[in-house]
Amino acid sequence: MRMRLLYFASLAERAGCSGETVDSQAQDPSALYEEIRLRHEFALPRERLRVAVNGRIVDWENPLQEGDEVVFLPPVSGG
Amino acid sequence: MSRFHLSAAAIDAAVETRQLDDLAAGACVIFEGWVRNHNEGRDVVALEYQAYEALAASEGEAILAAAMTRFPLRCARAVHRTGRLAIGDLAVWVGVSADHRDAAFLACRWIIDEIKQRVPIWKNEHYADGESGWLHPDGTAVSGQ
Repeated sequence: MRMRLLYFASLAERAGCSGETVDSQAQDPSALYEEIRLRHEFALPRERLRVAVNGRIVDWENPLQEGDEVVFLPPVSGG
Repeated sequence: MSRFHLSAAAIDAAVETRQLDDLAAGACVIFEGWVRNHNEGRDVVALEYQAYEALAASEGEAILAAAMTRFPLRCARAVHRTGRLAIGDLAVWVGVSADHRDAAFLACRWIIDEIKQRVPIWKNEHYADGESGWLHPDGTAVSGQ
């Protein structure tokens, strides 16, 4: 299943890119993050993140579909 | 017209304030967040804000819409900068108008707190010693390296 990932802030810095297309068997964002976290050696545990799929915040168990845009959101620091 | 927007260019506070005009309003409260030259005991020389723009726009709009139902307001608007900012620059602007001052003060405070908590915008602090780090509160900078 191909999906588009976007990275921001420390995750983008760590991954060395602002996004990538991945081919994964992960059924939900929770499984997908574990895969990606290991590959890029992200320091942030899933518990500190939120996840957005196709521009909406969703649960970590929300089923993923082909072509989804998935964004793992580190704790925000605007303002 | 959307009440919340991101801006890659300097925010014109006078222009934003005029958007709050309402003949029924007797109070206007503005919050301006400025870039300060220090954080957590370190000298800061510049900042960079990065936003997940599509979600930031919808989350910001949802906050201002919620403020309009939560408090008796006439208008509520907010602008947040993106990109590189210098010390003293206006980073975020929140303005509300209301018939009376109590609602205006409360709503303005509530909106900036919600923005800081929810809207997907991140701050990269550049320090005087040449280091930099993305802030992911609990407040500590996370090095990407």
